Amino acid sequence: MASRRITRMTRFNITALVLGLAFLYLPIVILVIYSFNASRLVTVWGGWSLRWYYEFFNDRAMLDAAWMSLRVGAVSATIATLLGTLAAVALTRGERFKGRMLFSGMLYAPLVMPEVISGLSLLLLFVGLDAGRGFWTVTIAHTTLTMCFVTVVVQSRLGAIDRSLEEAAMDLGCNPLRAFLSVTLPLIIPSIAAGWMLAFTLSLDDVVIASFTTGPGSATLPIRIYSEVRLGVKPEINAICTMVIALIAVVITVASFASKLSSTQGENAVPL
Amino acid sequence: MTEEQPNSETEPGKPEAPAVEPAKDAELAKDTPVQEAPAKVEPVAIAPVPRPEAERDMPLLRIEGVAKKFGNFRAVDHVTLDIRAGEFFALLGPSGCGKTTLLRMLAGFETPDEGRILLNGKDIAPVMPHERPVNMMFQNYALFPHLSVRDNIAFGLKRAGMARTDIKTRVAEMVALVKLEGMEKRKPDQLSGGQRQRVALARSLARRPQVLLLDEPLAALDKKLRESTQAELMELQRRLGMTFIVVTHDQEEAMTMADRIGVMDAGRLEQMASPRDLYETPASRWIAEFVGDINLFEGQVGTSEGGRLAIETRDGGTIYVAEPRNPLTKSVVSVAVRPEKVKLSRRVLAADGTSAKAFNWLEGVITDVSYLGGITTYKVKLDSGAVVRSSMANTTRLLDTYAASQRVVAWFTPDDCLVLEQ
Repeated sequence: MASRRITRMTRFNITALVLGLAFLYLPIVILVIYSFNASRLVTVWGGWSLRWYYEFFNDRAMLDAAWMSLRVGAVSATIATLLGTLAAVALTRGERFKGRMLFSGMLYAPLVMPEVISGLSLLLLFVGLDAGRGFWTVTIAHTTLTMCFVTVVVQSRLGAIDRSLEEAAMDLGCNPLRAFLSVTLPLIIPSIAAGWMLAFTLSLDDVVIASFTTGPGSATLPIRIYSEVRLGVKPEINAICTMVIALIAVVITVASFASKLSSTQGENAVPL
Repeated sequence: MTEEQPNSETEPGKPEAPAVEPAKDAELAKDTPVQEAPAKVEPVAIAPVPRPEAERDMPLLRIEGVAKKFGNFRAVDHVTLDIRAGEFFALLGPSGCGKTTLLRMLAGFETPDEGRILLNGKDIAPVMPHERPVNMMFQNYALFPHLSVRDNIAFGLKRAGMARTDIKTRVAEMVALVKLEGMEKRKPDQLSGGQRQRVALARSLARRPQVLLLDEPLAALDKKLRESTQAELMELQRRLGMTFIVVTHDQEEAMTMADRIGVMDAGRLEQMASPRDLYETPASRWIAEFVGDINLFEGQVGTSEGGRLAIETRDGGTIYVAEPRNPLTKSVVSVAVRPEKVKLSRRVLAADGTSAKAFNWLEGVITDVSYLGGITTYKVKLDSGAVVRSSMANTTRLLDTYAASQRVVAWFTPDDCLVLEQ
């Protein structure tokens, strides 16, 4: 990552670094600090306190929303990982089937599709099908959003694995499925794990698609926060956001370790 | 070795690894001359596959009119070929000649468009790779990076449903066979290229296949290691009595190791012969030029007299060759002579009536001398403008050799010439 040419920490470099990091992270730092604020007013410092964390754990509606988000994230990430891995296998291992280009294009479309359009079209679909909106509609919507990310992560790893490994396994008595399970899968499992975690965090912080596809009584945490904020920012929101940030930081760290593990076993790293 | 195995309680007093059928043990004692050999050889001897008496004359592997196309490209073009049990066979050819495709069809990774592949008289073309009694050693070795040396070797045995103690014994045998003792726990990325090659070999031998396919087995090794590994492979093949089919683009490798060589070009099998026959009696100009160096003279077939046939060549005048066994069908042919059969001398030796046809004399000037240690190669420009290559062994240390721009006579006997019609 680090460019070779920057060998010295000149004053200019340090200033640029500090300003850049401040631009990116100062708002978050302020949010985290204010989550420990004892004062009821968001902008006035009233001393350190865990009051708002306590408040959150007694706020039934917020807890429900958080639980909803975690469930949606886990279920949609699991389905997305399953489907995304299969798609990656089809793209890298399958014969040159007809419409392969079209398939991969359609697979990657959600990556660049504006979320509003995805959300709206899913809403229209669910209304058209007369599906009751709630946990499953959000989960399905998030699966469609996150599947392509899993595919990208897994596909890059699969592409780096020598095809002849599977052939060797078949030569030594494995049928094709067995060869995949006993040789290829152990080699790509860190990438699959990284893909799952990526999908989980994407689902956790999505507002747009969730707001289109969720129903009454099944708001996810980001939607709940958004609706609360419209009435005025309570310090409790800061506490929730701090915890979400902590959770995502942990997940992303684990994911990048997983992909690093994957790359030390093979040649190429997974771009995360 | 097996004697030291603490877990040989499965078959006490019996040095051989548990063979799949008792019939194989009997066969082993009869067919492999390892009885007098040191004891360490015995456990690794692998019995040739027993076959009914009636099929003894049948080759182990018969490839019948096999063809494979990739799109419009004919990768393999109606190849027919028999391979006997216990043979070391080499498929030789330039890259893209279809030799690897043919090998992959034997392993089951490609299916032939036409033709049959008979193993012990049974067509295996529709059989899936994992159900074939054939194993392959891959060019890049294809070792499983997440498994240790031991687990790599045991992989195929586990899939075959072998008992755990038997697997342990067999793996120990294989490790000893390829001299990798003490490396069992290492992962492939902790091994050198030569060690990886050995693991790949042990892994493909562990299931005791009827035929072992080797795809450029030595291509990734450096020269010295390649030469010693060649010898080891040959030794191993003789000891195990197994059938080896090796694909290579290196003619020296094929000549050194194989009993018979099949030369392929553009998907077709051009010639199948022993290394000697391939070199001394190539079937076509293409093979003559592909295998080793050659001097070629095109000419008209002239008169025949006393077992000597005169060929009127444009570049070398009249060249007398030994009358070919089969009568020539064409009037325009090529005379081929290997450079080491072309000798140089300063002047034409005694030229009475009989010796005029006993030797071919070509006068010219040396244009190029390459001293290679064991031999020196010369390029002689004839008066016609053609260049003849000669290579002579440096059998003495101090004798003066020929120098560039020296006028010499290049000579060779009619028996050293070969007449090629195509």
